[in-house]
Amino acid sequence: MIEKALVKRTSKSYWAWIVFLLAIIAVGFAAYIYQMTKGFAVTGMSRDISWGMYIGHLTFFVGVAAGGVMIVLPYYLHNVHEYGRITVVGEFLAIPAIIMALLFVVVDIGSPMKLFNVYLYYTPHSMLCWDATVLPIYLVLNLIVGYSVLQAENKGVKYGKIVKTLAVISIPFAFSIHIVTAWLYAGLPSRHYFLTAMLPAKFLAGAFATGPSLIILICFLLKKLTGFDAGKKAIDMLATTVAYAYTATIFMVVCEFFTAFYSNVPGHKAALQYLYAGLHGHNQFVPLMMLFVVLAVVTLLIMIPRQTRTNYKLLGFGCVAAFLSMYIEKGLTFVIGGLSETPFGEIAPYHVTLPEVLIIVGIFAIGILIASILFKLVVVVKKDMDTGAFPQEDRAGLADRYVAEYNAANGIVVEPKAPKAVEAVETEETKAE
Amino acid sequence: MKKTNIFIGIVIFAVLVTVPFWSVVFSPASGAAPEVSLDTPVINQLSGDDYKCVEDVEWMRAHHMDLLNDWKTEVVREGNRVYVAEDGTEYLASLQNTCFECHSNYEDFCLKCHTYSEVNPTCWECHVEPTVVGGAN
Amino acid sequence: MEMNRRKFLKLGTAAVAGVGAAVVATNPAVAAAVDGAYKEAANKRSDVTWGMVIDMNKMDEDTLNKCIEVCHKYHNVPNIDTKKDEVKWIWPETFEHLFLDEVHEKMSEKYKDKTFMTICNHCEEPVCVRVCPTKATFKNAQGVIGMDMHRCIGCRNCMAACPYGARSFNFKDPRDYLDEINPTYPTRMKGVVEKCNFCSERLAVGELPLCVEAAGGAIVFGDINDPNSSVSKTIAENFTLQRRTNLGTKPKVYYIV
Repeated sequence: MIEKALVKRTSKSYWAWIVFLLAIIAVGFAAYIYQMTKGFAVTGMSRDISWGMYIGHLTFFVGVAAGGVMIVLPYYLHNVHEYGRITVVGEFLAIPAIIMALLFVVVDIGSPMKLFNVYLYYTPHSMLCWDATVLPIYLVLNLIVGYSVLQAENKGVKYGKIVKTLAVISIPFAFSIHIVTAWLYAGLPSRHYFLTAMLPAKFLAGAFATGPSLIILICFLLKKLTGFDAGKKAIDMLATTVAYAYTATIFMVVCEFFTAFYSNVPGHKAALQYLYAGLHGHNQFVPLMMLFVVLAVVTLLIMIPRQTRTNYKLLGFGCVAAFLSMYIEKGLTFVIGGLSETPFGEIAPYHVTLPEVLIIVGIFAIGILIASILFKLVVVVKKDMDTGAFPQEDRAGLADRYVAEYNAANGIVVEPKAPKAVEAVETEETKAE
Repeated sequence: MKKTNIFIGIVIFAVLVTVPFWSVVFSPASGAAPEVSLDTPVINQLSGDDYKCVEDVEWMRAHHMDLLNDWKTEVVREGNRVYVAEDGTEYLASLQNTCFECHSNYEDFCLKCHTYSEVNPTCWECHVEPTVVGGAN
Repeated sequence: MEMNRRKFLKLGTAAVAGVGAAVVATNPAVAAAVDGAYKEAANKRSDVTWGMVIDMNKMDEDTLNKCIEVCHKYHNVPNIDTKKDEVKWIWPETFEHLFLDEVHEKMSEKYKDKTFMTICNHCEEPVCVRVCPTKATFKNAQGVIGMDMHRCIGCRNCMAACPYGARSFNFKDPRDYLDEINPTYPTRMKGVVEKCNFCSERLAVGELPLCVEAAGGAIVFGDINDPNSSVSKTIAENFTLQRRTNLGTKPKVYYIV
């Protein structure tokens, strides 16, 4: 089936896109070689801020990967048929997201040739070990489930029972990847911005806003590029999910502010002051956090009222705002903000460097490359098998229709050809209606 | 797909997969084992029963890496810094402070064999080989 | 014989596994283990828990600099002078920075700015050991927090976890920043974390840590579990402080202020 991603319905622009991504990846790889030759001194990280952009991005993309569960869970556990057509989008979104997350760990490791010591000397009391456990498992589960579902669709049969079982198993794993990532921080004494029981819940809520908003955007993009229609109901339900999850996230951000500033404990306030207003003369993240606040307000204003949420132009805008704002809050500033107050009560600044940016962009390109191939595959398979997803028929389809119309108009009865394939989900949907 | 194409593909695959074997066969250096030097001031002074390595020479040749691997764990993690050899002799388990005492000629001893057998142990990234500091010679 | 794809794959896997097992069994370099035994050095003291009291009445800046120099020179600690990338095992820090929870607004500058010796606390409940994914950082039998550089993958989780800022990462190749190398002690490679090891290589052969020797009485070192040891007596007789006791890490470095 995978060959469909390469040979079927491939346009020149598709190949140009792939080559473009490969070029960016090559630049990123060169930057990585440079970093490993010169040492981590070429990054913005320091003795005080020992984790920086890479681990921030790891955290964010674990969230994106976990976010796909907001489609998978309703579909497999609550029989929400509307998601039938796009569950595979959720599963396939998780794959590039986890690969990116894992790559962000790998580029952050100072001695990568010793990386497998994590498994060789497995240490359950280290949260990093749990991250190294659940992330690959979740990746494998999504690979198997996503591919099998699409394969079944390709062959016009319903996926096997074992696939459903694995999909259900993947649900707690989706939660666990982000919980474990949150516990990586939430158990560190003396890092007040991290040391909050709220963190796993806040991370999950953020993930359930970013994941679905990205899926909505991907659906919009697929519709524009290929005509693939995810279905209005599915989009509306995803938008509702974003609305609830995003509101919960912002509520928890507000809770952090309340606890820090009402209690007035300096340690609790420090990171928030540094990020949002500046502290001890350091205010490099203030513009970024102001952008976050603006984007958060915009998202809430678009996503909460039903009228704006169901207006697809505004919804697209709201999803971009939701995604970007969480990228700022979780991906860019969370880790650095939490470490910025040193154990000696000073603020350590963080200056992102060019090699760091190139490596990050390179990993983005890897993720987008994998996503492009996977979603191309999805579209090709759906286009072949699922005419319902493509109201605009092909030229070949049109010819069939004209023949059928002619036959109907002239009372000619033709034995219907056996359908090439019937999508299982489609029949279920019809039954339900 | 044409059968000839498949056949060509298989041949290319087979050639690539067996690179490690035929590259050794055709390599000019193969066959001639290197002569390692034992000519260091400390070894030259050893005689009689003292003229020996930590363990049997044949065993050391095959297993020095296992011994060092073992030493690093025992010393660093367990704090057992004294190694009792099979013949009962006690040694301070230390690459820099025991091995290099005798083998102060890194380039003519360690490196020669490592180059020949194309191994690149990472020991030297941290452990200071005698040549770096001038050595005992 | 009929051979479908599945059968072929199964057979292939079995064949590869068989050949692999045969190679392992016949190759002496893989099969044998190390024969000798190990023991502790004769003069090593076991069954102790090492602790340290730094007497700030005696620890002037000259003594502190001497401690730093001796320690860093012996342990091949690179001399990198940019704050971002520096590596340090012992270093000076003001009272205000070291005891940030004890400082109040009106405290006299004289006390706030007094220079203190800063060193790894070798906590009884070490966070760094808890978070390390490979046990590269570990607590040994004498309570010393050691580092196994062979195992450290450089993830820097311990640096984020340490409430005392005791850890340094080798952002650069340390050998480029060493004027001379002590041939009896290893250097580090770039990409690993390092910190004070309480001179466990010296404790293992019955010698005191270098800073204790260099300080000439300003540092008292010994078994903090033995009530009759000089270190326990010093703690009993003096007003001592520890850094950030509210975090539950139970440091083993005490300060007489």
